[in-house]
Amino acid sequence: PAFGLFIFTIARDPLRIIILIAGAFFWLVSLLLSSLIWFIAVKASDPQDERLQKGLLIFGVMFSVLLQEAFRFLYYKLLRKAIEGLVALSEDGCSPISIQQMAYVAGVGFGLMSGAFSMINLLADALGPGTVGIHGDSQLYFLTSAFMTMVLIFLHTFWGILFFHGCEHRRWWEIAAVVIMHLTVSGSSFCNPLYVGSLVPSYLLMAGAAAWAYVLSGGSAQNLRRFLLCKC
Amino acid sequence: MITFMNNSDSEEEPCNERTSLMSAESPPVPSYQDGLQASEAGEAQAHRKRRAGSSRGPNNMTGGEMSGSGVRMRESALENEEEELTLKYGAKHVIMLFVPVTLCMIVVVATIKSVRFYTEKNGQLIYTPFSEDTPSVGQRLLNSVLNTIIMISVIIVMTVFLVLLYKYRCYKFIHGWLILSSLMLLFLFTYIYLGEVLKTYNVAMDYPTLFIVIWNFGAVGMICIHWKGPLQLQQAYLIMISALMALVFIKYLPEWSAWVILGAISIYDLMAVLCPKGPLRMLVETAQERNEPIFPALIYSSAMMWTVGMAKPDTAARGPSQQTWDAAEDGREHLQSPSHAESQMSEMRSPVPTRHVTSLEELEEEERGVKLGLGDFIFYSVLVGKAAATASGDWNTTLACFVAILIGLCLTLLLLAVFKKALPALPISITFGLIFYFSTDNLVRPFMDTLASHQLYI
Repeated sequence: PAFGLFIFTIARDPLRIIILIAGAFFWLVSLLLSSLIWFIAVKASDPQDERLQKGLLIFGVMFSVLLQEAFRFLYYKLLRKAIEGLVALSEDGCSPISIQQMAYVAGVGFGLMSGAFSMINLLADALGPGTVGIHGDSQLYFLTSAFMTMVLIFLHTFWGILFFHGCEHRRWWEIAAVVIMHLTVSGSSFCNPLYVGSLVPSYLLMAGAAAWAYVLSGGSAQNLRRFLLCKC
Repeated sequence: MITFMNNSDSEEEPCNERTSLMSAESPPVPSYQDGLQASEAGEAQAHRKRRAGSSRGPNNMTGGEMSGSGVRMRESALENEEEELTLKYGAKHVIMLFVPVTLCMIVVVATIKSVRFYTEKNGQLIYTPFSEDTPSVGQRLLNSVLNTIIMISVIIVMTVFLVLLYKYRCYKFIHGWLILSSLMLLFLFTYIYLGEVLKTYNVAMDYPTLFIVIWNFGAVGMICIHWKGPLQLQQAYLIMISALMALVFIKYLPEWSAWVILGAISIYDLMAVLCPKGPLRMLVETAQERNEPIFPALIYSSAMMWTVGMAKPDTAARGPSQQTWDAAEDGREHLQSPSHAESQMSEMRSPVPTRHVTSLEELEEEERGVKLGLGDFIFYSVLVGKAAATASGDWNTTLACFVAILIGLCLTLLLLAVFKKALPALPISITFGLIFYFSTDNLVRPFMDTLASHQLYI
């Protein structure tokens, strides 16, 4: 689905593709830094201690989430500057792309990259022979991973919109809400393999974020109804 | 090197017209002779059209053409407009370059992942004589550095040789050289490649069919690249050639040498394009003095009109030669590209980065469009292919390098729009790519593996 989003909404406009790739790049850099921190922490600690390792892992995850949000903020700053540049350059004084579109594209960029990094090795392994969950792990590993990845990609998209909107209008609570949501979703994945604990809250949060982002983007129940009715 | 290409008119044009147009144009084509391929030189100089709007005095522009955009010359009054248009269409051009680079990388990665042949070590090129099978780390490092030095010096020698040939007007020799190398590339390498792919998928093909297929492929390729042909087909052929060349490099360069070579090549590229005494610069200056386009170096052009490209012959040397060109193009008349009509008023200078890789073919573009040297394609693909072949983190590393290279390309194009000079396309992208490769392989991979094994999500 995320790829479909990409094809239908982004692939037409070259500017959006650039923003997308840049968004992916920013996510990548944040991942790099967070894994650097984690790596150092692991090397500096005792590899035999299981609990410590698990604790470090949790710490790594949280830190990574915070870093991702920090990079989202940096990216927002960069895009603000870029918009000013574009406005100055354009002939009719208005930017060819609005900040909301940028927010959307940036969110998709982050989401695609994070999804790709989460899924792609799994997919590659899935091509080969093997049995799922042979060591007593859940048999639904691939399925749940796929769903979790998808929800995460969508969430990144919505978070992008919310985050940028919060930054635009200086509503700090929106930004804080995004960060907390992100932390919650990552934290809920700690419940794995108890999938009900992680997938269900994530989907609920996604529905909430979707509705919120929709409202922020100017939609309303009326629009939704008109859209659905026109289709039929 | 990405430069704006000024297409100077070919011989036919009267001098004044050419001079008015822009001086720089001929991007130097460093042809490295890689022993492997002979490049063909077919330049259709005639195709260049340069209508110079303003004769600013291209004469004032010197060799900096390569790095400089002849565009400056052209329009003084239109400069602002152009700049706006340049930047406005900048995004479009970036995408026009993204797509072929992505395609090339996809082809290379797909081949590496599926065909075993290209990851087996069956020997090395004579340009990298030191083996890397030594037991100690220090020895290995030393060998790879020595290999790199040899390779780079081969490239430098080739470039200087080409510049000298150009200076003394031995055009026929260069043309023949390029024709020969592209011939070899199109036929021999395709044959090997096809053979390996068929072996991998266990598909039987008899010799007559193979002969017919390769003959058709090669003949159409030669015509397309060196003469006229539909734009898409030409671009497709260039992409395929770059991919083939990159695969050869991936196979025959030993590991550490490959990385050191990549780093050294970007430094060389930086220096050759920007230093006043660099061979590429001299080539451009000479071409400007004579008001003729430099051999169509191996360039990939995204614009419509393109002239015959000259391939750089690679004869025995495997050195990739990279040349960057600056070609300023006059966007006044574009023959066939509809996009030219838009840029009618502004001269779009298309940045033309040219990297010559031994068997690269050049295309000259007249009209607006962005030109990227084939050498750039090849080295990007080598980086990504090596990442796919040797990284244990597999796809994550490959993906990271891919994004890094694209971002580097973006930044380079941005700088190109700002500076309007020919710029080396390699350094930024390769630096990003190398940084990301090594860091992803060593840092991110254990992190992601641990996360995935616990099914945690960040």
